[in-house]
Amino acid sequence: MMVPATEAVGAASIPAKRGALRRILDMLGVQNVSLLIALAVLVAFIGSQNSNFFYSSNIATVGTTVAIVGILAVIQTVVMLLGGLDISVSSQAGLTSVVSAMVFTASHSALAGIATAFVVGLATGLLNGVIIVYGRVNAVIATLATLAAYRGLANLISNGRAQGYVGVDQVFIFLARGTLAGIPVLIWILALVALVTQLLLHYTDIGRNIYAVGGNATAARLAGIPLNRYILGVYVLCGLVSALAGILLTARTGSGQPTSGSQGLELQCITAAALGGCSMQGGKGTIVGTILAVILLGVLQNGLIILDVNSFWQDIAQGALLVIAVVIQQRRSGARSVGLPA
Amino acid sequence: MNQQSAAPVLIMTGVSKRFAGVQALKEVSLSAHAGEVLALMGENGAGKSTLLKVMTGNYIPDAGQIMIDGAPVHLTTPGDARRLGIRVVPQEPEIIPYVSVAENIYAGALPTRGRLFNRAALRARVAADIERSGFSGMIDPDQLGNTLSPAQRQIVEILRALSGPLRVLAFDEPTSSLSDHEADSLFRLIARLTDSGVAVIYVSHRMKEILRIATRVLVLRDGQTVGVRPARETSESELVRLMVGRDLSALYHRSARQPGAVVLSVDKISSADIHDVTFTVRSGEVVVLAGLVGAGRTELARAIIGDVPITAGQIRMDGKVLHLASPRDAVRAGLCLAPEERKAQALLMKRSVRDNISLAVLQSLSRWHIIRRGAERRLAAESVAALHIRTPSLEQEVATLSGGNQQKTVLARWLARQSRLMILDEPTRGVDVGAKADIYAIIDRLASAGAAILVISSELPEVLGLADRIVVMQHGTVSGTLDRADATEEKILSLAILERAA
Ligand SMILES: Nc1ncnc2c1ncn2[C@@H]1O[C@H](COP(=O)(O)OP(=O)(O)OP(=O)(O)O)[C@@H](O)[C@H]1O
Ligand SMILES: [Mg+2]
Repeated sequence: MMVPATEAVGAASIPAKRGALRRILDMLGVQNVSLLIALAVLVAFIGSQNSNFFYSSNIATVGTTVAIVGILAVIQTVVMLLGGLDISVSSQAGLTSVVSAMVFTASHSALAGIATAFVVGLATGLLNGVIIVYGRVNAVIATLATLAAYRGLANLISNGRAQGYVGVDQVFIFLARGTLAGIPVLIWILALVALVTQLLLHYTDIGRNIYAVGGNATAARLAGIPLNRYILGVYVLCGLVSALAGILLTARTGSGQPTSGSQGLELQCITAAALGGCSMQGGKGTIVGTILAVILLGVLQNGLIILDVNSFWQDIAQGALLVIAVVIQQRRSGARSVGLPA
Repeated sequence: MNQQSAAPVLIMTGVSKRFAGVQALKEVSLSAHAGEVLALMGENGAGKSTLLKVMTGNYIPDAGQIMIDGAPVHLTTPGDARRLGIRVVPQEPEIIPYVSVAENIYAGALPTRGRLFNRAALRARVAADIERSGFSGMIDPDQLGNTLSPAQRQIVEILRALSGPLRVLAFDEPTSSLSDHEADSLFRLIARLTDSGVAVIYVSHRMKEILRIATRVLVLRDGQTVGVRPARETSESELVRLMVGRDLSALYHRSARQPGAVVLSVDKISSADIHDVTFTVRSGEVVVLAGLVGAGRTELARAIIGDVPITAGQIRMDGKVLHLASPRDAVRAGLCLAPEERKAQALLMKRSVRDNISLAVLQSLSRWHIIRRGAERRLAAESVAALHIRTPSLEQEVATLSGGNQQKTVLARWLARQSRLMILDEPTRGVDVGAKADIYAIIDRLASAGAAILVISSELPEVLGLADRIVVMQHGTVSGTLDRADATEEKILSLAILERAA
């Protein structure tokens, strides 16, 4: 009853015959290669217009400005892999930023401020998850609602003003301006978040199950994966990472900011994830792609500033990129107007 | 079947198509005459669907020529082929979920009154189409896309293909989701189409229906034509030999096994769609659930694994009453269901073959949540070998596998689980003869090792070949049970169809 087994074996040896370049391309994926090319072109263009771009101080600036968007984009990737979306990340960051500064002011302890911020992030993330899972509310609608609500709460407890001054505390100074081995702490934090997430997604059953839930929820359910637990867990994780972003925001600006600095981060991190190859339908996307997209966006923003382009153009460029990214996604996934007469 | 016109409507010559790592088609030539049924056969992954996709402009071939009525044509989009009257009823129906059947069929060409969409006219037109094509009573124009059964989805695709000009109509495994009754309607439709001069191309793994309706049979192997035979002059065994390159001994393999203790006992259970169902499955036993499509077999399977709530009755496993709130509880209790619809219910289309196979056993493959990749690869490689899944590598995206190989991947996932009780819903849908035999052998081996197996099947030869016992369902309840020894196709059919005395 044996069908010739040569097929699988014979075909498997084909890739070996292809060139090394081809193999590297396959490993990186078309998506990432196109991001790298776009990045190279952009860097070459900006550099040729203004060589200040290559100063190490400027490169460090790019790195630290992308750090906060970066960690949010990484966690947004995880949410999107699960087939969800969290628009409320920016107001969770704003709320936790205010909370961390206020608790610091009251207790004079940076650790107390940071710990409280994480507790608040856990609570806001959990609330998002509960609304989505038990309220059966679409993730976009649910987090759009909490985007407004958490921002309102942040303004309410802070009277809409910046809170406290943390610029005197060693911990916050270290987070904002410290370096380790010559590299800014902010960049280390981004690298750490990205690395841990990457390991989680690729080497653990939890990560695989996240891909499964987003890729085909029915299949995941039949395979015995507890869907609700995964959805709740990922939104809680998103709340915690947003709290980390809020803490870094406090550290960078020196005070708790209810809206300034965080507003718009949701658009930026979703743009980065989409540009990096995350599918809006879930189940597809990589951390490497997202990080490359974050760098691309950071360089673009930095370049526009260096080249003295009107800042309103930056918003337009950002919006345009999001649309382009999604259009490319749809094309590549072969989403056609199915079976319709031409 | 009918008189053929001399000149073929469609001629394809030297068509080749290569995908990364796979030569799907290699210099394939084909001609289809008006009024004939040309059958395409070949193992899973032989290139049948790819050939049809080239014909409809979905894929652009690397080499080769396509001619319609003797004139070369360039098909670069499905629209080109459609305008020339070439239509395909695809292997995987594409249905718009929250839209009515009528709108699904005429999407993009809806009748209008002025600028307004004329719902009444559309309904009437679709009702007439259904009547004319012989599917009356099987589908309702107002039904929403997401509520359609696999058979109904297939019918929507067929009706879609019939709208507009038609010269060549290809069916890609249409009967794999149709019951015998629906299949008969399809065969009558095909006869009418050929009478009116349409060239029909027909892909199927079912030998009997091919010998019944085809004029000629073209066999593909590994993307190459290995022969064209007039259907009248060929036989099952010759076709099998052409397809797999050797003789098949026995399709069904049965080792002598003695059923042991009762593993699953279903006691008077009811749910939304089934009522008062009672039967048992013993260790080492293969029980087949037979019946018409829509008899409630899939519903029953879902009720058993806790996917739909049970309103009355009890399910016991090894004598203990089960309280299942979700399939998760079932999986943990040692039950599993390999579902019927591979695309919607089972596959992670964008993930690798390896990921798909290991999904249900990840926990046992990991330590401290870290997946032991070596063990995972070994499991996947063994499954690919055991089921002869044709894939360039374990890392291949499942979406690019042929339909039958996707089906085998689903099965591999659940076989890896080695549950005490396995429910396999239409396990061989779209699978070629050779692979069917492999799957039957695996089922036999699992049963010999003591597993209890419940198979849902609509193919009577398969029901008879596999079963130790046959439970026939009708209208959501059990209409009778037959032992292997005294089961015949007629008895099963009469239990499945005949109205029972009240
Ligand atoms: N888009 C694609 N990318 C890569 N490989 C592909 C793609 N489509 C098909 N293939 C490969 O081409 C080969 C032929 O596939 P095809 O779908 O034509 O088989 P088939 O004869 O229809 O099989 P089945 O009976 O299982 O439906 C297979 O090996 C398949 O894996
Ligand atoms: Mg096919």
